[in-house]
Amino acid sequence: MTTPPTGTPHSTGTPHPTGTPHPTDTPPAPAADRGSWLRNHSELGVCVLLLALGVLVLTDALTMDVDIAQRGPVGPRTVPVVVGAGLLLIAALLAVDVLRGGRGQAEAGEDVDLSEPADWRTVLLLTGVFLGSAVLIEPLGFPAAGALLFWGAAFALGSRRHDRDPLVAAVLSLVTYAVFNNLLGVPLPGGPLMGVL
Amino acid sequence: MDALTSLLDGFGTALTPVNILWAAVGVLLGTAIGVLPGIGPAMAVALLLPVTYGLDPIGAFIMFAGIYYGAMFGGSTTSILLNTPGESAAVVAAMEGNPMARSGRGAQALAAAAIGHFAGGMVGTVLLVALAPTVAELAVGIGAPDYFAIMVLAFIAVTSVLGSSRVRGLASLLIGLTIGLVGLDQMTGQQRLTFGSLQLADGVDVVIVAVGLFAIGEALWVAAHLRRGPGEPIPVGRPWLGRSDLRRTWKSWLRGPFIGFPFGAIPAGGAEIPTFLSYVTEKRLSKHRDEWGKGAIEGVAGPESAASASAAGTLVSMLTLGLPTTAVAAVMLAAFQQYGIQPGPLLFEHEPDLVWGLIASLFVGMVLLLALNLPLAPLWAKLLRIPRPYLYAGIMFFAAVGAYAVGGEVIDLVILLVIGLIGLGMRRYGLPVLPAVIGVILGPGAEQQLRRALQISDGSVTGLVNTPFAVTVYAVIVVLLAWPLLKRLAARARTARSV
Repeated sequence: MTTPPTGTPHSTGTPHPTGTPHPTDTPPAPAADRGSWLRNHSELGVCVLLLALGVLVLTDALTMDVDIAQRGPVGPRTVPVVVGAGLLLIAALLAVDVLRGGRGQAEAGEDVDLSEPADWRTVLLLTGVFLGSAVLIEPLGFPAAGALLFWGAAFALGSRRHDRDPLVAAVLSLVTYAVFNNLLGVPLPGGPLMGVL
Repeated sequence: MDALTSLLDGFGTALTPVNILWAAVGVLLGTAIGVLPGIGPAMAVALLLPVTYGLDPIGAFIMFAGIYYGAMFGGSTTSILLNTPGESAAVVAAMEGNPMARSGRGAQALAAAAIGHFAGGMVGTVLLVALAPTVAELAVGIGAPDYFAIMVLAFIAVTSVLGSSRVRGLASLLIGLTIGLVGLDQMTGQQRLTFGSLQLADGVDVVIVAVGLFAIGEALWVAAHLRRGPGEPIPVGRPWLGRSDLRRTWKSWLRGPFIGFPFGAIPAGGAEIPTFLSYVTEKRLSKHRDEWGKGAIEGVAGPESAASASAAGTLVSMLTLGLPTTAVAAVMLAAFQQYGIQPGPLLFEHEPDLVWGLIASLFVGMVLLLALNLPLAPLWAKLLRIPRPYLYAGIMFFAAVGAYAVGGEVIDLVILLVIGLIGLGMRRYGLPVLPAVIGVILGPGAEQQLRRALQISDGSVTGLVNTPFAVTVYAVIVVLLAWPLLKRLAARARTARSV
């Protein structure tokens, strides 16, 4: 969102800044280049997802049983149909834009370095840590699961201070638990640990 | 006069010890968040939405407003000392502020920015006091068709004014609208996109969407591209200004708000455009044009003042019309919804304590900010050294706390992660996040107003355009939509003439 508005939808034809090779303008060579073509046009995946979402919304709206509940001239179906159709239309327009060489600009930020290729391993690890903590929050209670989430996430992000990391995680988690549970009146599960203390 | 007495009542609310405490917590958190790289004010307010479950609305909004203003203050510190502005509004501060810091004038740059924010915020808030009740009064008779028109304006503005690609903005908006559809239809109780799941029948909570898109999405995106070895901040002493600097900056401080405020009030992308306009204006008016690019102090003072004033302008349209013009305003609107309060012209009538207490607290917050930021700047600068793994692990941690606090259900955490992954994909492929958030927040309301308007008019489409207010708003929308076309025509005419 840091670029000034340029108006037309086709004006984002800058080469992709995320380290993928530059778009090849050469005529499509068979087989060998197919992989890199797909990589350059991975944004088409967004079109596919939008298309699928549109189909989903439309199917849901059209299979809806509205006779019982219709009140007023516009029923519960109208807006979903418009949104679903809009999704299909935008999926098509985006596909056209991508095939013409338009690229969405990956978002920049203070700690974001777009000159390096994306590190999807870290993202996967973080996702795993998050899901793991979500599962553990009920059996272990919030303080323990929260500390594990923080420590695990810091580990995934490259922190290796095995003396400091768990301590920071435990203090943060306990303080947060106390603030929410006791000060703000938002109940969080204490778990067996809090039962002992 | 009426506004003044109301404002005095507002100070009565804002100056109670508890509310001063919330204002102080807000500005401290806000400044810290603004200084911390990677957390913007919108993410901060989103992460703090869960406190609305345990806090009264006045305290919560006083704190949110403090965060908004404080983050503006703190954001310029990062730009000046680190030269890696994360928010668009802070880009301009880095252009002159960072060269100043590198040539040993960091203290003066920080002072010019801090006093600029104070001046801009003060002038902006005075304008807010003067204008908001009038706007609210003008708009007080508006009905369903007018509300629908305003919401359509928000949708169109957020997709076609912001960002570089309309298709991508619209794609984002539609994703948001789709999420907003999930749950029971508000008027008929019909299940939509729930797939028979009881959990989804309540809809996806706005807090989870905001936290997922702003916090989890951002943390995952940064994780994928984490800068190895973050930049070294330039060490700095206590901010101060000499007499010659003061002589150069006072006019810039006073000019900034008049550029910033109007741009904040209209849906034109918040502080991004006015800070840049102020920069250009100051450059043109400067007597020291040779210093520009090497650290001209006017280039820090003017834009920073404009940025704070634009925040005040944002509050005008948010409070009087319920029209969010920036990401922060959108999340604050979500907070209003959590309390079941509908911002709009009637807010001034129904919740005078809340509105005027909030406005008065802005003045209190501004004074607190100036008092905090001038002496504490070197301390704030230390925050820039926080290890990045802790920072982003902390964001994930607080996001999880917030989502779990919504209803104490593990499924909410899974939904949060899914929305976070959507946010990650959106950042990767340049889909702006804001339209999606606006879609979720305003979508259900827009549908309700549309159906109400059509119910009144018995299905006739003319029921949507039967008030002068609605017609005016639609005219603005047409201009917004036609703008790129007009610009292209103008450019073509110009090249034709020059050939």
